[in-house]
Amino acid sequence: MPASSANLSELPAGPNVKGKLSRDDLIMRGGMAVIALYLIVTLALPLYTMLSKSFSTYQFQLSQYEFQVSDEDGIFDGTIVSGTDLNNKTGAYELTDLSTGSDGRLGVTAFFLDFSFRSPVHYQLRNTVEGGRFLVGSTLYDDTQWLELDSNTFRRVQLRPVQARGIDNFINYFSTPALFNSIKNSLWISLLSTLVTVSLAFWFAYALNRSCMRFKGLFRLIAMAPILVPSLLPGIALVYLFGNQGMLKELLFGASIYGPIGIVIGSVFFTFPHAFLIITTALAISDGRLYEAASSLRASPWRTFWTVTIPGARYGLISAAFVVFNLVITDFGLPKVIGGQFNVLAVDIYKQVIGQQNFEMGAVVSVILIIPAIFAFIIDRLVQSKQISSLTARSVPYQPKPDRRTDAIFLIYCSFVGLFIIGMLAVCQFAALVKFWPYDLSLSLNNYQFDKMDGGGWGAYFNSIKLGLLTAVAGTAIVFFGAYLVEKSNGFFLGRAAFQMIAMLPMAIPGMVLGLAYIFFFNNPSNPLHAIYGTMAILVVCTVTHFYTVSHLTAVTALKQMDREFESVSASLKQPTLKLFSRVTVPVCLPSVLDISIYLFINAMTTVSAVVFLYSPKTALASIAVLNMDDAGDIAPAAAMGMMIFYTNAAARIIHLFISKGVLARTQAWRTR
Amino acid sequence: MKLSTKNITSVVVGAMMATSAAAETELTVYTAVEAEDLARYAETFNESNPDIKINWVRDSTGIITAKLLAERDNPQADVIWGLAATSLLLLKSEGMLDAYAPAGVDKLDAKFVDGDNPPAWVGMDAWVASVCYNTVEAGKAGLTPPTSWKDLTDPQYAGHLIMPNPNSSGTGFLDVSSWLQIFGEDGGWEYMDALHENIARYTHSGSKPCKLAAAGEIPIGISFAFRGAKSKAAGAPIEIIVPSEGVGWDMEATAIVAGTANLDAAKKLVDFTVTKQANEMYNTGYAVVAYPGVAKPVEFFPEGLLDAMIDNDFEFAANNRAAILKEWQSRYDGKSDPK
Repeated sequence: MPASSANLSELPAGPNVKGKLSRDDLIMRGGMAVIALYLIVTLALPLYTMLSKSFSTYQFQLSQYEFQVSDEDGIFDGTIVSGTDLNNKTGAYELTDLSTGSDGRLGVTAFFLDFSFRSPVHYQLRNTVEGGRFLVGSTLYDDTQWLELDSNTFRRVQLRPVQARGIDNFINYFSTPALFNSIKNSLWISLLSTLVTVSLAFWFAYALNRSCMRFKGLFRLIAMAPILVPSLLPGIALVYLFGNQGMLKELLFGASIYGPIGIVIGSVFFTFPHAFLIITTALAISDGRLYEAASSLRASPWRTFWTVTIPGARYGLISAAFVVFNLVITDFGLPKVIGGQFNVLAVDIYKQVIGQQNFEMGAVVSVILIIPAIFAFIIDRLVQSKQISSLTARSVPYQPKPDRRTDAIFLIYCSFVGLFIIGMLAVCQFAALVKFWPYDLSLSLNNYQFDKMDGGGWGAYFNSIKLGLLTAVAGTAIVFFGAYLVEKSNGFFLGRAAFQMIAMLPMAIPGMVLGLAYIFFFNNPSNPLHAIYGTMAILVVCTVTHFYTVSHLTAVTALKQMDREFESVSASLKQPTLKLFSRVTVPVCLPSVLDISIYLFINAMTTVSAVVFLYSPKTALASIAVLNMDDAGDIAPAAAMGMMIFYTNAAARIIHLFISKGVLARTQAWRTR
Repeated sequence: MKLSTKNITSVVVGAMMATSAAAETELTVYTAVEAEDLARYAETFNESNPDIKINWVRDSTGIITAKLLAERDNPQADVIWGLAATSLLLLKSEGMLDAYAPAGVDKLDAKFVDGDNPPAWVGMDAWVASVCYNTVEAGKAGLTPPTSWKDLTDPQYAGHLIMPNPNSSGTGFLDVSSWLQIFGEDGGWEYMDALHENIARYTHSGSKPCKLAAAGEIPIGISFAFRGAKSKAAGAPIEIIVPSEGVGWDMEATAIVAGTANLDAAKKLVDFTVTKQANEMYNTGYAVVAYPGVAKPVEFFPEGLLDAMIDNDFEFAANNRAAILKEWQSRYDGKSDPK
């Protein structure tokens, strides 16, 4: 012993000591890997496929074709010329003419300057490579045989493009004013809607938090109502209110509701609850001492407002602004219904894909739509990360004092906002019950005979409920377990950080983009997951992924409230973590778990954008039915279906409330002493 | 207890699977036929072919076409029954259709059958462009009824006109392609330039203009005759006007998808689609059907529609589709203020 201690420095370095991973750690890491894999497969890979699709172009490869021309008697001398040579000689097509879409066709008579369909000259052509393609009329030739045609038939020859890679799609996009104008349109419509919504929501939230007016509970309820309907519904209400046969048409003084005006009003309606929620949270926590200080310094209420209230709520305001901006710029349903000739990015994607089957251009617009959405998302995250505890332990909650005049003003203001929200919904319900607006105003249930309309009928409605339930169950399980693993497992910091990053990503991805990416990824026959394409499963997966972020954040917040001691204690008692998870963590966090499931359910009922590319006739959805019925001109049944979604969601909320209360009574008794 | 329940379940499930597997061939049929007609079509077919079950996949023309094109390398459909001929020409040019001459195809009007032999597709019925004119709203606005396409460019109709966007609607495209054929290439674009001045907005779907006219949202909607007749039957105050220069049309057609695993059943279905019985069935909604002598007048259908149908060049429409749509988009789409 003494010898060894003396020669300590001479000893070989000991092994690098590393904590041995327990079985529990392995299970936790395994679980995290599974959920990370889920996010990669349902988010990262589809987006990557879409990005690569936007660079996939179609080119006419003139070198792939060979031609022969006969003399007037139809005799060929054996001279063979390639398409490239012909084009170089005649200059028939510019380089830009040769890049096209998957649907492109190129006539060949321009290569022969003396061409006439009456001429007795015969032509021969062939593909030089197997799989090259040209058409005679509509008949496809893709082998390398020579084909002889007379002049009159030869003019029906159309070359078909082959796939290539390049940025031609983007060049094409930015050289088409009808397309890139949408960027400007989308941006200013979103900015304007954001400005209006945030101002309205701020004063509404202010009234509810900082005044003593009456009916606060009722107003809170009304403010949240728009969240229960698809974003298309305000569009339909606006048609009935301000359309050419609208009830309040005169209020617009001849302006058309179809266009930016309609989009802004509708956007204010459907984004209002989101802005209100965020701002009301920001206003709810405020330090009463600051107001006392302000009043003892004799600051005017106006000055106090700008120096205390606004700075205190600034993070909430900024956050609300970005959320609203993101919602408006990525929304597709509303501009589709009420946008008229006013093109926006999200509708462009739909038009490119559904109307023109131009998937590549759809991918290009998607890539462009992601940019402002990601930008808004990043700024929002930066702002939120700065918002730390403006409230300290010594803060005193602000108590508003009754003031008859201000309270009355706020009551009038809130009544107007409430009337706007209730009015929109009431108009839809009224329209749904009228027989034939505006010619026959008698009431009937005709518009509820969905099976007689396009869109999927009552089946679509029940499909939606099924989707809502499946999404709520599967989504909550995945999200909560994932959040638990990230929050409570030990070590493995890099993996956990990466997981957090991926979990935040869905918030920045517009639904249209996600849906389109799913087509590219899952509708590829070589994808082993191809089987879920066109089933309810892909709708569930897509919806869960689309609404992953908010659910994840809710779960993380709930889990953060639980001390990590629980894990240490269970480890020292030699209890498996999963047992702890099911016996302690889930019951304690049950209120949040229920919140996540109702959030997922409601969004699954109302979402349009993410699923519009993915539903199949067997899995038609109520929200899609609203879109399709409106599209076909059956506006009243569309309103009827929209209101069915509203009532279903309202019922779900009430059930959620009762369950929460019951569950809270049973599992949360420990919270009260 | 547990075990027996399990056993019963498995027996029941097994029995159900066995019966459904043994009894019939199932055909996946893609269609754009109006939803309300599908059950009737399948029933009539099953009267003579009870052993073939049809699984409908229904959507609008654009979406079904997109779906078929997307599935080019791995087709899911066995048969297409009721899709626009222009769309079938696109599919044909991708080599996706199995040419087949159904028994009795020679009895059909030749313009309803693909020119190749054997034909890649056979037509069923035609849908024809028309103008829906709301007499009540037009009266309020003091308009006189138009009689021709040219009339619609009259300044009195400014802002009172709606048509479908050809980039998303098959009906819109057949209007545009018919104008290019009626007025010639240059004349057609000149005509649309003038028409654009009067258009309030373009809709995404082809039936919406007529439904909007029926609801009084706009006095005049360029749509198709079938839709107009239905709205009129539902009590809307509209007249269906057939412009004097002639009207564009497209047909619904049937084809076998290349690579189907159920070729025999598919052939039986296509054989049925050209029979007199099938054509009588199409006639309930469509005034013009492929089988000569079958068509009876459909209620509220405008007179003289058949004679007004132009000699439509489908190949021109299909092969120039991409170029026409691009030109249309650059001229009229996304411009809130007309040029």
